[in-house]
Amino acid sequence: MTSGTSMPACEQDVADAVADALREGGRLAIAGGGSKAGIGSPVAARMLPMAGLRGVVDYDPAELVLTVRPGTPLAEVRSLVAGAGQMLAFEPFDHGPIFGSAAGAATIGGVVAAGISGSQRVSAGAARDHLLGFRAVSGRAEIFAAGARVVKNVTGFDLPKLAAGSWGRLFAMTELTLKVLPAPRETRTLMLTGLPDAAALAAMSRAMGSQADVAAAAHVPAGLAGAPGATILRVQGFGPSVAARCAMLEDLLAAFGPLATLPDDEADAMWESLRTLAPLGQDRPIWRVNVAPSRAGRVVDALGSDAACLFDWAGGLIWIASSGGADAIRAAALDAGGHAMLVRADDAARAAIPAFHPPTEGVARLEARVRGAFDPSGLFETGRF
Amino acid sequence: MSLSMPPPAQAILSRRAEIAAALRAIVPGEGVITDEERLAPYESDGLTAYRQRPLMVVLPETTQQVSRILAWCHENGVKVVPRGSGTSLSGGALPLADAVLLGLGKFKRILDIDYDDRLVVAQPGVTNLAITRAVEARGFYYAPDPSSQIACSIGGNFAENSGGVHCLKYGLTTNNVLGCEIVLMDGEILRIGGRQLDPAGLDLLGVLVGSEGLLGVVTEVTVRILPQPQTARALLIGFPDVESAGQCVADTIAAGIIPAGMEMMDRPAIHAAEAFVDAGYPLDVEALLIVELDGPAAECDHLIEAVEGIARRNGASSVRMSRDEAERAVFWAGRKAAFPAVGRLAPDYYCMDGTIPRRRLPEVLEQMRRLSEHYGLAVANVFHAGDGNLHPLILYDANKPGELDRAEAFGSDILRLCVRVGGVLTGEHGVGVEKRDLMPDMFSQIDLKQQQSLKCAFDPDLLLNPGKVFPQLHRCAELGRVHVHGGALRFPDLPRF
Repeated sequence: MTSGTSMPACEQDVADAVADALREGGRLAIAGGGSKAGIGSPVAARMLPMAGLRGVVDYDPAELVLTVRPGTPLAEVRSLVAGAGQMLAFEPFDHGPIFGSAAGAATIGGVVAAGISGSQRVSAGAARDHLLGFRAVSGRAEIFAAGARVVKNVTGFDLPKLAAGSWGRLFAMTELTLKVLPAPRETRTLMLTGLPDAAALAAMSRAMGSQADVAAAAHVPAGLAGAPGATILRVQGFGPSVAARCAMLEDLLAAFGPLATLPDDEADAMWESLRTLAPLGQDRPIWRVNVAPSRAGRVVDALGSDAACLFDWAGGLIWIASSGGADAIRAAALDAGGHAMLVRADDAARAAIPAFHPPTEGVARLEARVRGAFDPSGLFETGRF
Repeated sequence: MSLSMPPPAQAILSRRAEIAAALRAIVPGEGVITDEERLAPYESDGLTAYRQRPLMVVLPETTQQVSRILAWCHENGVKVVPRGSGTSLSGGALPLADAVLLGLGKFKRILDIDYDDRLVVAQPGVTNLAITRAVEARGFYYAPDPSSQIACSIGGNFAENSGGVHCLKYGLTTNNVLGCEIVLMDGEILRIGGRQLDPAGLDLLGVLVGSEGLLGVVTEVTVRILPQPQTARALLIGFPDVESAGQCVADTIAAGIIPAGMEMMDRPAIHAAEAFVDAGYPLDVEALLIVELDGPAAECDHLIEAVEGIARRNGASSVRMSRDEAERAVFWAGRKAAFPAVGRLAPDYYCMDGTIPRRRLPEVLEQMRRLSEHYGLAVANVFHAGDGNLHPLILYDANKPGELDRAEAFGSDILRLCVRVGGVLTGEHGVGVEKRDLMPDMFSQIDLKQQQSLKCAFDPDLLLNPGKVFPQLHRCAELGRVHVHGGALRFPDLPRF
């Protein structure tokens, strides 16, 4: 990307920069901290850096609402809400380590614009479920607001849903209002060891369908990172409840082997590996496959032994490291009713393979019209996707 | 009545027979209703103050029929108003004189239940409660529970993004939907989302939910189901003033507790409910809280004590904890009967639906008292206290000249007040026709035009459910232009693209 000449410091600066770009022609690539810059086709567009719009606008823990500027580092937001005993329940994570960089670059605007949610998404919802409102500059260089600053609202179209996961292709968000939730008082991670993938998926399905209210469920297959295979379940809440639910799971999953409680540091390391994807190594392309959990096995079987997989969201999210062809991976995902996103690849592959799973023709046309509704000139269409 | 709807097009009214014939060719037999008597039940939805006989009603049975109906109407410039069970409280399904009312009532089948992936695929006419009924034997349920759940349809829930008393903990419809089949106004059938958690591209599903029938007609919905909580227990807490009750709610959440339900009633609502159902509510209090906790028994027992402590520290004058299911049901009986109970106090009542930041509750209630005096109409309040969603019930008598207009003016003032303190016009009932003209109180013209641009991406001829949500619909061609505001247009002669 070529660098922009100035760093907007406020919403009006962003509007001015967009207006300038409209006049001058060319394209604008909205940029946060760059932690996900490795995703999508490499582009040569002028940058619209959002890092200068930084800081908390309003935080009222009792109302469960946080309003923040997009360039605020994710780490700063997390520590702010943690200080009030709260969390971003969709468990946003920093893509830096997936691309071999250190964590710490990701901004809250970037994480929400990419709609990226962590392991807890399976129980607590995604970024889209926690974005209550926003302000933004459209591709018309107009400042507009959508949604609200209260947790329950159905007034007008739910544009925050579109904003989360828009990857900077619709508008430049200048302010985000997020729903925050109380952080659990106690968290325990339970582990089953040595299960083959199919048994692990069955165990996770049984756990998620139980009254144990499992917050996250993941499976690291045998052979990855030298481990014997770990199926992990996160149970959190108030102490007596956590104890009761862990006991419930022990009975429920008895057929799958002994259920161990991991020490906190080992548990943290396991969940961390689902964020850094370290068990998949740094060499091969990485795919992110979304599928109904019961069909995860079908995807993996179709890929053969070359592929290394990590299962999150009880099997609903499969991270795949594979040198295999894009067509085969996408066909396997599609056959299971899901879709595959190319997350990490070399520049040549990124240029040749679209990052997003190609939609059906009708949906593609509709998406193009929706983009046009916010950005009629295609100012934010950098060719990245 | 002050509501103005788009004027009926004479050209359409005069083609009524031709339109009916064309639709009968698509939906044979009894599927097209034109005789006046049989049209009568479709004249209004849950917002009965507004009535309009539709041009005709069509009741298709298949997605293909929906597609062909919409395509024909699109080609012929005929407006269409979609309708589920007709329980909307905001007039979302109010007919137009020159529009075909498209009822989804015959889409009544549950197509798939998948316990491994914990989802149900249903046609839009299936009622909300029927989904829970279909899975409860296996220990599951569908979480969003609007009060009309026995009658309201999942398609209507989808269109309105319906909530319910449990949505603080379990979310609105939008948080519980995975995918849909939708038919656009030009007849194109699309599948959006599926059985997996995230979309492949833009979250079109997210914007379709709650779009109040303006973007497409949903013909299939895939929703998540959840395991039923092991137990549920409730507290009934009385407070000598509203401030203490509000503080109890804030302190509960500050203690890290998100109750399954947290409902507040003010004095008039308490007295009306108690007189109606004998729930044993204390009558010497200004505010009553019902706090429900669900989960494993160990969790409920632990949290119910924690909430009791918080209530006592906030000066609660009475605290009762449910000991069994029967008692829990009694605690809820008054709240669940609040609307009809208040309805006994006057010939008519008008239910509002704003959301406010919770901390502003005392001043909002005080302002409401003043407005009540100003308009000479009584008001009772029930309140989803956890998420700040207020339901003031305005009492009036439609037979007294001017009272309906006064009730509506009072209601509008309440909603403006909600916006002024940082809240919104509607927390769960939708904008419909009811709050349409208040939209400029919450959104700027630019905000509204941006939303309408999205409408144009789905329905460029503005044929689907016109007259709803937006006070004024701009022609799509007009919205498509690029304007640069604020004198920033330094080079007006440069081409735009």
